[in-house]
Amino acid sequence: MAIPLSHFLTLAAILFTLGVFGIFLNRKNVIIILMSIELILLSVNINFVAFSAHLNDLVGQVFTMFVLTVAAAEAAIGLAIVVVYFRNRGSIEVEDINLMRG
Amino acid sequence: MTIELALFYLLSAVTVGCAVMVIASRNPVHSVLFLILAFFNSAGLFLLLGAEFLAMILVVVYVGAVAVLFLFVVMMLDVNFRRLREGARLYWPIGALVGVILLAELILVTGGWAFAGGFETAAPIPSDPSITNTEALGRVIYTDYVYLFQTAGVILLVAIIGAIMLTLRPRGTLRRQDIAEQVHRRPQDTVELRKVDTGAGV
Repeated sequence: MAIPLSHFLTLAAILFTLGVFGIFLNRKNVIIILMSIELILLSVNINFVAFSAHLNDLVGQVFTMFVLTVAAAEAAIGLAIVVVYFRNRGSIEVEDINLMRG
Repeated sequence: MTIELALFYLLSAVTVGCAVMVIASRNPVHSVLFLILAFFNSAGLFLLLGAEFLAMILVVVYVGAVAVLFLFVVMMLDVNFRRLREGARLYWPIGALVGVILLAELILVTGGWAFAGGFETAAPIPSDPSITNTEALGRVIYTDYVYLFQTAGVILLVAIIGAIMLTLRPRGTLRRQDIAEQVHRRPQDTVELRKVDTGAGV
């Protein structure tokens, strides 16, 4: 393989860090937090596929497909919750979300 | 430098730049568009790794469905996004600290490891070039991992039902068909006979 595995691992590490940093940076905006989670899952997928190609094993790609499935489901449910919450409270600020604090 | 390596550097640089713009952009619509570009470039990276099926799935599922869903929600909600960014100046030092530590640790871990060897390949990628990546993946998914595949379908079904149940709301203006009421209608309740004089009208 022309591209060393460490290149892909470093790229995935950078993407993962950017995702975590995005959660810290946009602590008020739920939508950007969901997008940061998508970035984190993307970096995980890059790791899986890189190892799959490096080890000549298809199971990494199979698992990537399941990760994609769960990510799509998570995005759909998360955005539905955001829409319902906005309908009820008129805001999506994370700090306002304290209905279940009791 | 081979052309593959140059392509890798181009795609990964654009991906990282897009990821930065996703979290740093002021307008959430721009964030979603940069996310779409990041996914396209990651699909290119998957192609470089020989995972054609996953690259296409990434484009179809993420760009076609998830990113458009984000775009709909961002445009549908009437939110003052400038207010949502107010605290960013407060949070970014600790975020940067955590990020730098995390990145250093990850690069240390991924930079200095080696395979122990002696492991078994569970499903080797076929060396025959006539078998495409999609076909090889299908042969594995529908045999060894069929239960996991069905479970993924169930997860998607649960997500569909959950999303619909969450966002469905009974609206008072909705006029539904009530069959029992229609069947119980009697002529004497609804039809009225009147004697109308000629030229007088009702």
